[in-house]
Amino acid sequence: MKTEGRTLRWAVLALVLVGLVAPIVAGLAQTARAAFGLMPAIGAETLSFAPWRRLAGLPGFASSLLLTLVTGFGATLLALVLAAGAVAALYRAEGRLRGQRALAPLLAVPHAALAIGLAFVIAPSGWLVRGLGPWVTGWDRPPDLALVNDPWGGALILGLLLKEVPFLLLMMASALTQLPVRAELAVGRALGYGRAAVWARVILPQLYPLIRLPVYVVLAFSLSVVDMALILGPSNPPTLAVAVTRWFTAPDTALILPASAAALLQAVLVVVGIALWALAERVVAVLGRHWLRRGGRGRAGRIGLWLAPLTVAVLVLLAMAALLALVLWSLAWRWPYPQMLPDSWSLRVWADADAGWGRALRNSATIGLATTTLSLALAIAWLEAEDRTARSTARAAANTRSKTRSKTGEATRSTAFRTRWASALIWLPLLLPQIGFLYGLNVVFLRLGLSGGLAAVIWAQMLFVFPYVMIALTDPWRALDPRLIRTAAALGAGPTRRLIAVKLPLLARPLLTAAAVGFGVSVAQYLPTLFMGAGRIATLTTEAVTLASGADRRVVGVYAVLQAALPFAAYALALAGPDLHRHLRRRRHPSQPGAAPP
Amino acid sequence: MSLDLTRVTLTAPGASVPLFAPLSLHVPPGKVVSVMGASGIGKSTLLDLIGGHLAPGFRASGQVTLNGVDVLAEPAEARRIGLLFQDALLFGHLSVGDNLAFGLGRQIRGRAARRAAVETALAQAGLAGMAGRDPATLSGGQRARAALMRALLAEPLALLLDEPFSRLDAGLRDDIRNFVFAHARARAIPVLLVTHDAGDARAAGGPIIEL
Repeated sequence: MKTEGRTLRWAVLALVLVGLVAPIVAGLAQTARAAFGLMPAIGAETLSFAPWRRLAGLPGFASSLLLTLVTGFGATLLALVLAAGAVAALYRAEGRLRGQRALAPLLAVPHAALAIGLAFVIAPSGWLVRGLGPWVTGWDRPPDLALVNDPWGGALILGLLLKEVPFLLLMMASALTQLPVRAELAVGRALGYGRAAVWARVILPQLYPLIRLPVYVVLAFSLSVVDMALILGPSNPPTLAVAVTRWFTAPDTALILPASAAALLQAVLVVVGIALWALAERVVAVLGRHWLRRGGRGRAGRIGLWLAPLTVAVLVLLAMAALLALVLWSLAWRWPYPQMLPDSWSLRVWADADAGWGRALRNSATIGLATTTLSLALAIAWLEAEDRTARSTARAAANTRSKTRSKTGEATRSTAFRTRWASALIWLPLLLPQIGFLYGLNVVFLRLGLSGGLAAVIWAQMLFVFPYVMIALTDPWRALDPRLIRTAAALGAGPTRRLIAVKLPLLARPLLTAAAVGFGVSVAQYLPTLFMGAGRIATLTTEAVTLASGADRRVVGVYAVLQAALPFAAYALALAGPDLHRHLRRRRHPSQPGAAPP
Repeated sequence: MSLDLTRVTLTAPGASVPLFAPLSLHVPPGKVVSVMGASGIGKSTLLDLIGGHLAPGFRASGQVTLNGVDVLAEPAEARRIGLLFQDALLFGHLSVGDNLAFGLGRQIRGRAARRAAVETALAQAGLAGMAGRDPATLSGGQRARAALMRALLAEPLALLLDEPFSRLDAGLRDDIRNFVFAHARARAIPVLLVTHDAGDARAAGGPIIEL
């Protein structure tokens, strides 16, 4: 049985290495080669710094770089501060936050759809300006202001916050279950510190290490986002990631080499950015300790307890307005300024599925189902392999992590190390900028004859879908009561039957949730589809992003609504699935005791 | 200095009957009053009420005064009522010394003076030289003593003990009990102890009240 577990473990590891790690390494290597002048396919065969010199001379390069740093670090810092303040104010008990239900749906909305909706709301002709009304602003026509695509990236930062604050808040809420928040609040207050002071001095410093990786993901994402920056960010010069995407997709192949240099620079930027952030953590920790030692019972933090949740509430309202604006625009026929609602309605765009949205919807759904199924299967295999080789030690490691470190810490160090090494594999694709390796990977795929097909897109998307599925499934899987599995074993069930007949049914709900998460991530993917599909595979996301710049709002609205609706549908199914199943089973076996319909 | 409860009742969220009959008691300075009762009767909730940590939804009636001042209207951080739980609850992100410095009042100024105050307290607790240690590396008894010193450095006017000895093994239990009670006596702090262990209540040497 032990050897069988080991075989499964090696098989999973090999699959992850070949399927997920190798493409990233190959893509990065290919990008790096091109960055230094080696790309035989376009006749570049001399190793040189010429692409870098060319890059430095490209118009707007320096401003793009600065803009990227400002929006990337700005959005991350703001999101973290807002989430930290809000979590302190909204914390109730057992890791639940007040208003948590309003946050979860925002995680499901793809970035592009939210960005398009936000643009509809804050644009000069959008709801915000209309709502103020011409009699307040004096504008009888949409004002000539750069409210979206503003040159400082303000709209982009706002868009990023709409996604990142809920993400960090939910991560914090789940991490808080590992801390004795109530008791520590009581102890801190008994020592004379106010609520806000205890949060700032005691709870948040212990919470931060638990959400460090998600914060790095947010930073990496903010520094390298493409779809949202295309829709909300400044267009000339754009952020670096957008500029790189443009250069890669430009008709002029001579731009591919400097674009590769910029893509490599983008990867370095993210790695250095995370390193700087980690350094800043150290500095803050040292300064914070000095501050704590002085014993001040300062009251200054109290303002944060209402300012942060208020800001978050405004962000949530803005996001909901954005989604509503998408729906309204998709149904509008005539919607003149400055009216709050359309004059006349029409289903014309909806009725015309053949015009393109039908095909895009099919592609999105097909790719989503395929990536989700494959990712889920791989995640189950991974976790099951962990169970079969090291169930007890993994459990001990998890326990020591959540409670106080104890003497067993020594014994579990080797396991903890392996787990860290394995989780690095899982988090890697989320910490590297997509633009850094996806174009290079596409070149590799081209050479292998894979590019431009559905399979290539599915493979590339899996690099990003699998990590999220794995992250969503790991905690519930580990939380499964091991006594149930041992009971099944004692009744004579072998490992396979234990998996199929006990674990998977018990985990039905988390499995479906993980599937919904994966599906949502897949639907939202832009760059993998754009590059690997070589422009031949149109999904809701690629179409919505392309149309967002200047096309008819009614058409854009339809694509964005569909793009947002697909993940919602997946979540709804995941939530209703188990109940539906139970309901059907009851109808099939009405004689079961206690199963009579009410 | 004394802690006084007058006809205090507590009602759980959604319940109509109070958890226990109206409770009145008087804790003189330096003395320990023990409250005993089955689990679920509301012993910890009573301490939550006095300390200002009552969970939302609970309703209370009656009066709690500390040195003649009604404390129920004040927020927890203004009451100056120290707390000790079953777990020492030393903050994991701070060293042992910094945990104590966290309790030390603001009035002791200057890095050197504050450090000296912490070192003195550590020495009193038999923890001399352990200021830089991670709390997780201390033994259960050491953690309990450090938690008491942290609470005392905030100069509380009263001390609430929520079964603080129940996690300690028998040999250690007596030591820590005596240590805590001796410090409270020495500073003339009124102490309210809740426990379901008759040994704790006997060792406290004061009145025992059954809820």
